Amino acid sequence: MIMRKHGPVLALGALLLAGLVAPFADRSTTPGFYVEVLLGGLMAGVLYSLVALGFALIFKASGVFNFAQGAMVLFAALAVARLGEQMPLWAAIPLGMAIMVALAWLIERLVLRPLVNQEAIALFMATLGVTFFLDGFGQTIWGSDIYKIELGIAKEPVMVLQSVFQGGILVNAEDFIAAVVAAALVAGLALFFQMTPTGRALRAVADDHQAAQSIGIPLNRMWVIVWSVAGIVALVAGVIWGAKLGVQFSLSQVALKALPVVILGGFTSIAGAIVGGLIIGVGEKMAEVFLGPILVKAFDLAGGGIENWFAYMLALLFLLVRPEGLFGEKHIDRV
Amino acid sequence: MFYRENGQFKSSYASDQQMLPILQDRLFMAGLLVIAFAAVPFFATDYLFLSLLIPFLILALAAIGLNLVVGYCGQISLGHAAFMAVGAYAAYNLVLRLPQLNFLVVLVLAGLIAAAVGLVFGIPSLRIKGLYLGVATLAAQFFMDWLFARVKWFTNYAHSGSVQTAPVEVFGWIVDTPVEKYLFLLVVLIVFTLIAKNLVRSHIGREWMAIRDMDVAAEVIGIRPVYAKLTAFAVSSFYVGVAGALWGFVHLGSWEPLAFSLTLSLNLLFMIIIGGMGSLLGSYFGAAFILMLPILLNQVPAMLGVPISTAMASHLEFMIFGALIVFFLIVEPHGLARLWAIGKEKLRLWPFPH
Amino acid sequence: MKQGAKRAVLAVSVAVAAVFGSTAALAQAKKAEAKKMEAPSKGGEQFFPVLSYRTGAYAPNGVPFANGFVDYLKLVNARDGGINGIKITWEECETGYATDRGVECYERLKGKGPTGATAFHPLSTGITFAVTDKSFVDKIPIITFGYGRADSVDGTVFGWNFPLGGTYWDAADMLVQHIGKKEGGLDKLKGKKIALVYHDSPYGKEPIALLQERAKMHGYELLLLPVTHPGVEQKATWLQVRQQRPDYVFLWGWGVMNSTSIKEAVATGYPREKMYGVWWSGAEPDVTPAGDGAKGYSALVFLAPAGTGAVHKDIVKYVHDKGQGTGNKEGFGEVLYNRGMVGAMMTVEAVKRAQIKHGKKPLKGEEVRWGLENMALDNAAIKRLGFEGFMTPISTSCVDHRGDSVAGIHTWDGKRWVIEKGTTLVADSTIIKPMIRASAEKYAAEKKLVKRDCAKEAG
Repeated sequence: MIMRKHGPVLALGALLLAGLVAPFADRSTTPGFYVEVLLGGLMAGVLYSLVALGFALIFKASGVFNFAQGAMVLFAALAVARLGEQMPLWAAIPLGMAIMVALAWLIERLVLRPLVNQEAIALFMATLGVTFFLDGFGQTIWGSDIYKIELGIAKEPVMVLQSVFQGGILVNAEDFIAAVVAAALVAGLALFFQMTPTGRALRAVADDHQAAQSIGIPLNRMWVIVWSVAGIVALVAGVIWGAKLGVQFSLSQVALKALPVVILGGFTSIAGAIVGGLIIGVGEKMAEVFLGPILVKAFDLAGGGIENWFAYMLALLFLLVRPEGLFGEKHIDRV
Repeated sequence: MFYRENGQFKSSYASDQQMLPILQDRLFMAGLLVIAFAAVPFFATDYLFLSLLIPFLILALAAIGLNLVVGYCGQISLGHAAFMAVGAYAAYNLVLRLPQLNFLVVLVLAGLIAAAVGLVFGIPSLRIKGLYLGVATLAAQFFMDWLFARVKWFTNYAHSGSVQTAPVEVFGWIVDTPVEKYLFLLVVLIVFTLIAKNLVRSHIGREWMAIRDMDVAAEVIGIRPVYAKLTAFAVSSFYVGVAGALWGFVHLGSWEPLAFSLTLSLNLLFMIIIGGMGSLLGSYFGAAFILMLPILLNQVPAMLGVPISTAMASHLEFMIFGALIVFFLIVEPHGLARLWAIGKEKLRLWPFPH
Repeated sequence: MKQGAKRAVLAVSVAVAAVFGSTAALAQAKKAEAKKMEAPSKGGEQFFPVLSYRTGAYAPNGVPFANGFVDYLKLVNARDGGINGIKITWEECETGYATDRGVECYERLKGKGPTGATAFHPLSTGITFAVTDKSFVDKIPIITFGYGRADSVDGTVFGWNFPLGGTYWDAADMLVQHIGKKEGGLDKLKGKKIALVYHDSPYGKEPIALLQERAKMHGYELLLLPVTHPGVEQKATWLQVRQQRPDYVFLWGWGVMNSTSIKEAVATGYPREKMYGVWWSGAEPDVTPAGDGAKGYSALVFLAPAGTGAVHKDIVKYVHDKGQGTGNKEGFGEVLYNRGMVGAMMTVEAVKRAQIKHGKKPLKGEEVRWGLENMALDNAAIKRLGFEGFMTPISTSCVDHRGDSVAGIHTWDGKRWVIEKGTTLVADSTIIKPMIRASAEKYAAEKKLVKRDCAKEAG
C-alpha cells in the first residue's frame, strides 16, 4: 500500500540521486570539479529561489500568477544601480525599496482591484501587460545601457581546500554573500509570516479570502503589503544578480528561469520556492556540464545548451508524479 | 432596427443548422468576402500586404488553433509557437526530401506531424491543470527551440542553423507576389475556419466545452477526459502546425528557430484573450489587434510629426501596449468578440433603448 | 463595473493624450530648428533607411552604432550640402534586434523617399537572412559589413548582399591564424583545444563551419559552447570551460552576452589573455561592465578602431557644436560609434560612385548597387574623407561583393582599446573561397535561383 502510494515519488528520488552520482562514472571528473559544479548550481538555485519567492508570495496571497516578477527584478535593479550613481548604496537601496512599495500600491490600485474575481488566465495576462509596461517604463526613466552595482566584494575567485581535493575548488566571495543574504531574507520572511500580526493576517488571506475578509482583515491592504514584500524580494534578487552580472534589460528574463521552480515547488509554498530553486539550479547545471557533452557526442548535435529545457522537463516529471508540486496544497475537485 | 431576425423562420433542419442563421449576417459575410477577394487586392499596397495582411492571415489561423485548446477546451498552453515550429520544419523537410509532393499535401502532412507532437505534449494535461499546465507546456517551447537549433538534420546541415525555401507552388501556380500570397492564404484560412466552425458545433466541440466548464462534471456525464483533451491538443496543434508551415514558407521565406520563440507563443495567447476565448471571430480580432497595435503605436509619433527619438517611440510603444492590454482586460475581460456581440445587440434595438 | 469601466476609459485616454501632447509640445521647438536644416534642396533627396536598436537587450551596442551612422549622415548634409548636392534624408526604425520587427521595418522603409531606400544595413545576421530573400524582388542592396551571410560574398548568387570588408568566416580564419602565429606556426595547433563561446543565433553559428574546416587541417579540437539569447546565464558554459581547460576561447557574443562572458571568465579563473573576441565582441560596452576583470582581453578589430581623427573634428564642428548630435555624444569616438560612421560613409561613397554612372540625381537602390559593385576606396580617398587610420582600402566587383578583408587585434588595457602594433591579419582565401562557392550553390539550388552572369553585365 505504502509502496503504491509513494512508489513514483521514491522512483523519482532514486532517479535524482542517480543523476547526482552519475558524473563519477566518467573517470575524468575530479571530486573538486564536481563540488564546483554543485556549488555553481546551488548558487544559481539561490537566485532562482529569490525570484520564485516573489511568485509564490503573490500567488499565495492574491491568487495571481505574476509574470511581471522578472520585470520587477529588472526595475528594482535598475533603480538601485542608477540611484547608486547619485548617492551611496546604503541610501540607494532603501530608496529603491520605497519605489517598489509605491509600484506595488499602483499595481494594486490600477490593475488588481479592477480585475477582482476574473479568471486566473486573465490575471496572468494582465501581469504580462504590466511586464511590457515596466520594460518600457524602466528603460525610459533609467536607460537601457549596462549598469553596475558595486557591492565592494572581490570578483576574483579564491582556491580553497586544495589539500582535500585534487585541483582545489574555485569559489567566489560574491556567491557566498549572496547565499547568506538569501538565507537571511528567507528567515526574515518566515519570522514576518509567523510572528507579526500582519503576517498572520496574510496567512489567513492565503488560506481563504472570503473567510479572512469576513473576520475583518482588509484584503486590499494585504495585497498592497504582499506586493510590496514581493517587490522588496525582487530588489534583493536584482541587486545580487545585478552585482554579479551587471544590470541590463536582459535581467527580466530571469523570470523564465523561475517558472519551473515555482511549479516544481508548488505555487503556494515558500519552502517549495527555496527547495525547488536549489533542485532546479543543481539539476540544470549538472545536466549541462555532465549530460550535455554526452548528448552532443551521441547525436552529433551542434552544441549543448540543454539547460534551458532541462529545468522544465525536470519540473514536468515532478508534476506528473505530484500534480500540485512538491509542497503545494492538494486540490480536490467537487461537482 | 437594422439587425432584426423577425420574420426569419426556420422551417427545416437544414435552415436550423446553418452557420449563419440570420439573413443580415449572411449578407454581411458575403460582403466581407467580396471585399477581401475583390477589393483589397486592388487597393492594398505592398507594405500593407507584406507587413500586415499576410502575417495577419497566418496568425489568425494560429490563433484559431490555440483557441481550440485554450478557449474551447480550457487547457492553457504557453508553448504553441513550438508546434508552429514543428509544422514549419516538417514542411521544410518534406519539401526538401520529397520534392514531388504537392504543397497542399505537404501542408496537411506538416499539420499531422505537429498534431502528433502536440499529442505527446498534451499528455501532461491529463494530470496537471490550470496554470501548472501552462508552465508545463513551456517545456515544449524550450525543448523544440533547442531541438531545431541543435539537430542538424532538421535544418539540412545549414551552417548557420537558418533555413530557406523556394516560393510555394500549388498545381503549377507559383505563389510569389504579395497579392498571390494574400489570396492563397485567404483561401486556406477560410477553409480552415469553416472546418473549425463545424468542429466546435459538433459533438467533439461540445465535449471540449464540457471539459472546459468543469471536467469532473463532464466525466460524470460520460465524456472521456482523455479523449477530449488529447483530441483538443491534436486538432489545435494541427492548425498551428499548418500556420507554422505557412509562416515559414509564405511569410518569412527564410527563418531560424528564434522565429518561433516564446514571444510568439505569448503573443498568440494575447490574441485569443484580447480577441475572445472560445470565439473564432475573436481569434481574427485578436490577431489583427495584437499584430497591428505595436506597429501602429511605433508609427504614430512619426505620423503626427512628433520627432521623438526612435528609442523613446519604442519605449512608449511598450508602455502603451502593456497599458492597453491591462485596460482591455479590465473593460472587457471577454474580449473584442464580446464587444462585437454587444454592438450587434445595440443595432438590433436601435433606435429604442430596450 | 460599468461606471468603473467608463472611468478607466477616461483615465487611459487622458493619459495617452497627455503623453502625446507633452511630447508634441516638447518637440515643437526642435522641429522648428530641424525644419531649417532639412529645407528641401533643389537637387532632390536620397533616402537612407536606418534600422537601429536603441532599446532591449542589445541596446548598449546598438545605440553607439546608430549614433555614429546618423551623425555621419548629418555631417554630409551640413558640411557638403548632401551627396553632390543631393540632400540625404533618413528615417530610423527600431528593430530591437528581432527578426520579425526588422522585416517589418524593411517593408516600411523600402519605398520611402523619392527613389526608395538607398541600401539597408540590417545590423543583425538574423534580419539579414530574412531580407536577403526580399532583395531579389525589391532590388535594394543590403550592406552587411563584417556580418551577415558568409557565402554572400558571391555576387553571382547573392546579387544584392554586400558583406563589405569581411565575413565571419574571414574573422574566424584570422583568429586561428593569429593564435597559430602566437604558438609559433599553425602546425603547433595540433592537439590544442579551442572553445567557441557563441551567441546561439545565425550570427554565432556562422563561424563554426570554418573553424571545423580548419580543425580538420590543423588537428585542433573544437569545443562548441552555445549561449542562449540574451546571454545573461552562462554559469554552466564557463564551468565547462573550466572542466575542459581549452587553450583558447573565441568569443562570438553580442550585447550583454559579451560582458557576462568576461565576468564569468573572471569568476572561473580563465585567463583573459587567452580569450579572443570577434570584431563585434570588442567594443567598450563589452568590457567596461566587467571592470578590471576585462584587462588583457583581446578582440579582432576591422575598419574602425576606437579613437578620433579628422572626420571626428568635422562632426564636432558641423554637428555636435550646432546641438545636432545624435544621442548627446553618447559613445563618441568609441569602437561601435566609429563603425557606424564607417558604415554610413561607405554607403554615401557608393552613392557618389553610382552618380558617376547614373548622373547626379536621387538614385534607386538598383542604381546604387553599381556603386557598391565598383567601389574603389583607396588610401588617398580614405585620407581625403578624414578616415585615415580608421579603415583599410576596399574595392569590389560584380563577382566579389566583399573586397579585401583585413583586420588587426586590439587589447583592452583597463581603460581603452590598444591596437597591437604590427599585426595585420588577412583571411586565407584558398580555404574560404571553395566554402563560399559550395554554400552559395546550395542556396541557389534551394531557392531555385538563376545566377547572374557578371561578364555579360559588364559587356
